Formats: sequence, structure tokens, C-alpha cells
Amino acid sequence: MNIEVVNKMSVKSLEELKKLREESKKKVSLRKEGKGDYIELMVGMATCGIAAGARTTLSALMDEIQKKDIDNIKVVQVGCLGYCHSEPIVQVNEPGKEPIIYGNVDDKRAREIINKHIINHELIDDAIIIETYKKP
Amino acid sequence: MDTVRSHIMVCGGTGCVSSDSEKLITLFKEKLSSVDYDKEVNVIRTGCFGFCGQGPIVKIHPDNVFYVQVKLDDVDEIVEEHIIKGRIVKRLLYEEPFYKRKVQSTSKMDFYKKQYRIALRNCGIINPEEIEEYIAYDGYEALGKALLEMSAEEVTNILKDAGLRGRGGGGFPTGLKWEFTSKSPGNQKYIICNADEGDPGAFMDRSILEGDPHSVLEAMAIGGYATGANSGIVYIRAEYPLAIKRLNIAIEQAREFGFLGKDIFGSGFDFDISVKLGAGAFVCGEETALIHSVEGKRGEPTKKPPFPSESGYQGKPTTVNNVETFANVCPIILKGSQWFSSIGTETSKGTKVFALAGSVNNVGLVEVPMGTTLREIIYDIGGGIIGGKEFKAVQTGGPSGGVITVNDLDTPIDYESLKNIGSMMGSGGMIIMDETSCMVNIAKFYLDFSQDESCGKCTPCRIGVKRMYEILERITKGEGQLEDLEKLELLANMIKHSSLCGLGQTAPNPVLSTMKYFREEYLEHVENHYCRAGECKDLLKYSIDSNKCIGCTACAKVCPVSCITGKPKEIHKIDQTQCISCGACFDACKFDAVIKP
Repeated sequence: MNIEVVNKMSVKSLEELKKLREESKKKVSLRKEGKGDYIELMVGMATCGIAAGARTTLSALMDEIQKKDIDNIKVVQVGCLGYCHSEPIVQVNEPGKEPIIYGNVDDKRAREIINKHIINHELIDDAIIIETYKKP
Repeated sequence: MDTVRSHIMVCGGTGCVSSDSEKLITLFKEKLSSVDYDKEVNVIRTGCFGFCGQGPIVKIHPDNVFYVQVKLDDVDEIVEEHIIKGRIVKRLLYEEPFYKRKVQSTSKMDFYKKQYRIALRNCGIINPEEIEEYIAYDGYEALGKALLEMSAEEVTNILKDAGLRGRGGGGFPTGLKWEFTSKSPGNQKYIICNADEGDPGAFMDRSILEGDPHSVLEAMAIGGYATGANSGIVYIRAEYPLAIKRLNIAIEQAREFGFLGKDIFGSGFDFDISVKLGAGAFVCGEETALIHSVEGKRGEPTKKPPFPSESGYQGKPTTVNNVETFANVCPIILKGSQWFSSIGTETSKGTKVFALAGSVNNVGLVEVPMGTTLREIIYDIGGGIIGGKEFKAVQTGGPSGGVITVNDLDTPIDYESLKNIGSMMGSGGMIIMDETSCMVNIAKFYLDFSQDESCGKCTPCRIGVKRMYEILERITKGEGQLEDLEKLELLANMIKHSSLCGLGQTAPNPVLSTMKYFREEYLEHVENHYCRAGECKDLLKYSIDSNKCIGCTACAKVCPVSCITGKPKEIHKIDQTQCISCGACFDACKFDAVIKP
């Protein structure tokens, strides 16, 4: 017992521990559960979506979220949303708000969604494909 | 794309590993890299989700989809449908046994809804082999808080106020135990984690060590600080290889980060932990026997007092706590004693993990607040009895406990209420039995276990339990006498009161409790040589219905002991003195002429 230990990255205060925790939290942030205060982005990834380039959209969203270091957001891929004419589709679900569906979301528009809609709370009017949608 | 957008959590607990979850992980990784998704989707081996009856379990984040009984062949479909196209594979979702509807997320499952997870808080959520993930979920903050902001006495007091009691069986207040050791004189003290989980059917300690080893290490360090011990020992049975492996990884990582070793958190407190493997003897769960085993001696108990808190390992003051008890410590330090004592009943605070098994639909580990009724556990969480059969009894407390009947289903469970109805909490094994379980046979099963595990040091346990077992064996063979029942009771009470340690003192409990609640079954075995559950093979006698038999000779041909006689096209007959009750004739008869007893 009482083995001599070489302390490589010893944590020596609660502040250091908290810093380490904030770093580590990013790794597990995908695993949030329940109805939190986070925004949900749904990307249509059915055949039509994929064919229209939804994977690029998804990558762009994830990339922009990481760049802007937003942590209360969750990107989920879903099946066909039924608007195959306007794929790729991204639906934005903000807590307590009506969902907004954007169509023809390419790389550029995906980044726009993050920067305008999510960060500045401005809707990108010309990209909304339907306004009458009510969440069931 | 280098940003990870999804985590596939595959259960890496022993239950799921035994149904090939390790291979699932490899296959998932291979498949993901073959479709070029390996950079954006991570496969993570996690701890036990608790829903072991439905394993192997795969949970996908952030979609929060819970797949059950995932086979190796299902990997392609999950990746192609769910990961690539975002379509949930419905056939792999869990179906509720009563409503027959598929449920996608754990928060909507009856099995999880009524649970309250403190000890199992990180199991199935983190990767137990990554200390950073434990830290992300508030890991090691309790240790930091205790060392930097609290005195040793304050730590002990917070546990005392919280009302945490030992989860290994006895239910002794943990704070009090720590106080005793801290007040014992001596420079060298020890804290031992009792991971010698021995109750048949209980596996919560293993799951905690496999799924969240750091929670135990952190609590041991806190216990060391509170009691004045600088050395911790985890005594774990060698038959838990996966838990040992993860424990060792966790200890290494904790040392690397300075949570174990010298001058932890810069507080000047030194603490380190070593692992000691046991050979898996039930008696070594008893603290004095455990200490002897750690010392390298025979695992035999000694008389108390002196208690380990005065003279334990190497004659020094020692605290022995169970794994689940330790797993409760950090949340108490972080959230306070009031939070903890607001959960549970008057005398028993917090939650308890039960290993639900037997004739119940949802088999697995469940953690519920103290005071939950058996009915809630069996019917709401457990999903009721398999095949809609009749509930007969539930056995709690393993070989030290007893049976609980339908009359006590609505009793809120805590340490005291279980004792009052002739059972005990034990380590939390809970075996549900239906009408096809014979109560005499159950008692015999547990006694067989106890006589096997008796260390042999004291006579009442060594010889008494064996004699009791022999009587039960006679009864189940149909050779019992009426006075055997009196003998059983006499012996049981003598053993209870004269044995040296807890093993002998509680070994007769399964017999006493089944005799109390199911005396008529004992009488039937003795007087009528009849076993209503049909479990005692020696009492089963097959016969042939002379109205239905057409003399086809099929039964006579398959009988392994040739005890069926009769010419072709004539009615056959079974010689019941020769019959070994194998049931081969019953299976062979195409005319329902063989009567099953």
C-alpha cells in the first residue's frame, strides 16, 4: 500500500476540477435526456433528403454549432417530413415556440439558420416553406 | 465531418456481455467505418442499464432511442436505417407486456418511470473506463468539497443526518460506523469496500463497479478522510473479472488525476486504494471473516466485540462498507442530508437497488425509494408475472431472508417492515415465484446454499444447518414424518440463537418463513406425498388413463427404466414404484392418455 504516484495532471483545486468538468461535458452533451430547455434541429434524412444533399446540411449544422460553441442544441436526424420538393429540410423546434420548417437548406443556409435564427432569433423568411404548420 | 453527432451506447455489463455485446461493439464500429460514418458516430461501451432481461441493450443519443435484445444481425439494419436515414427500427423497440405497445424512450417505460436512481445514477450513461465522463457528471466534486471545505466531523455528521444505512444487509447507520472508527485511537486506520456480493441472484454491487467504479473510489476516499484512514482496500470476488478490470482502470486514472495518492486536492490528505481478490465464499461478506481473508487467513468470522472499528485489519481500526452504500455517499455530500432524508420512510432513508428475478416479465436491476410497495415493484416496474400466472410469493434477502406472500404485497418496503414480516432487506435480491414454485423446495435450495457456504467454525451452523437440509431432503422425497416439522422448527431456533455469525443466525430464515406462511404445503408433502407445484420430482407419479390408451406401445418404448408394461393394442400400465418421473411417456403419447401428476 501507499504506492508512490507520479501526478501527471493532478487536480489541485475545485476550480481546476470545474474547468476539467466543463471540458468533459462537451464530450457527453449528446446524452441529454428528457424535456430540457434545448433547441432541437430535425434534419430530414430520408432517401429524398439524402439525394438532395442532407448530409452536407447536417455536417454544416454540426460544424457551425461547434464553431459558435452552442451547447443547448441537439441535432436529430429524422425520416421523411413529406416535403420532398424542398429537400433538404430542417425543422427548428424551440421550446415554447411553434416549429419552423426551412426548405432547400444547403451548406450556406444551414449556417444561416444557426447564426440568424438560433443566435439572433431572426427568422429567415424566404427559406420557410410552410407557416401554417401546427405541431400535433 | 469530424463533429460527433451521435453516440451509440452499447451495454458492457456482464449480463449483456454474455449475450455478445462485445461483438456488437466491434460490428458497429466496422459497419460505421464501411459506410464512412465512423468519424461522426461514436460507439461507446457503457455500464449496465439495469434492464438485463432485455439485453443486449443499445441506446442511441441524441435521439434517445432504446433498442432491446439486439442481435449481431441487427447491426446493419440499425446503421442503415437509424444512423443513415434517421428511421427508427421499430421491431427492436421494447414492447410493454401488458399493453403490447412499443416504447421508444426509457422515460416512457413503466420499468424506468417509478425508479429513482442515486446509486445507479451513472450506470448506462457514462463510459466507465473514462474518468473524464465521470467528472462531466459531477465526479470528484464531493471529494474536493469534503477535503477543502469540510472537517472530518462535518462529513460524518452529514451522513448521520442523511440517515444512510448499510446496503449490504444489516442496515447499520453508515455515519455512526464512520464515527466509531474516527474516534478509535490509532495512527493507522483502514477503510474496506465489501464487494463480496454473495446472495444468489443479487448483482447490484457488480453492476455499480462495472458501470461506475469511480463513484465507489471517490466515496472511499471521503470515508478515509472522515475516519482518518489513508489506505483503502476493495475486497472483491475473483469471479467478477470485468468489475475487477474496470476497478483497476479506474484506480489508475484516479491516481493520474491526483484523486488518489499524495496531497489530494492540495489538502495534505493522502489516500490510496488497493484491490484484494477473494475466492468467492459467502461467509466472507461477513465483516470479520472478510478482514481475515484480506489478511490472507482463512475466511472465518470471529466474535464481536471487538468490532472492526476498534480492531480490524491488522488489528487496526477499520471501516467496512458495502459497494452500494459507498455509491450513495457522493450525492449526499453534494446535495445535502436534507435532500437525502426527504426520500424514503421514517427509519429508512434514500433508495434501494433490487435485483428483480424469477417469474416476472421485466428482469433486471431496479432502484426505488424506500417505502415503495412490493406490488409497485412487481406489477408496475416488473410488468407482472410471466404468462399471466398467479403470484405466489416473493423471496427477499437471499439465503438470510424469507418469503413474503400476497397478503403483504402492499407493505411499504424498508429495513424494519421486512423484518416484521419475517424476511429481511439483505443485499436486495428479489425472486418472484408463481404457482409452479414449491415452497419446500425453495427452502431446501437456500439451505443447500447455506450448508455449502458454512465456514465450519461453529457447530450450530456446521452441523445444524446440514441436519435441517437432510430433513428437507427427506420431505421432498416423500419420506418425511410429522415430527420432522417440529424438529425443523426446534433446530431452526437453536441455530438462530447459537451461531457465531450472521450466516448461521439467518440461515434457518427461509425454512421458518415458508413454514409460517405455507405450512399446508409441508403437510401435503409429509402426509399425502404430494407436491402441488409439481416441482418435487420424487413425488410426481405418472399414470395411464385406461379410457384413452389404445395400446400403441409408444410410451413403453421410450420409458428409460422399462416400467411400462402392456401388449400391443392393450391398455398399458406404469409401475409407480419403478417410475423415475422423467415425463418421457407423457411426451411420447399422442392420445393424451398419460396423466401428468
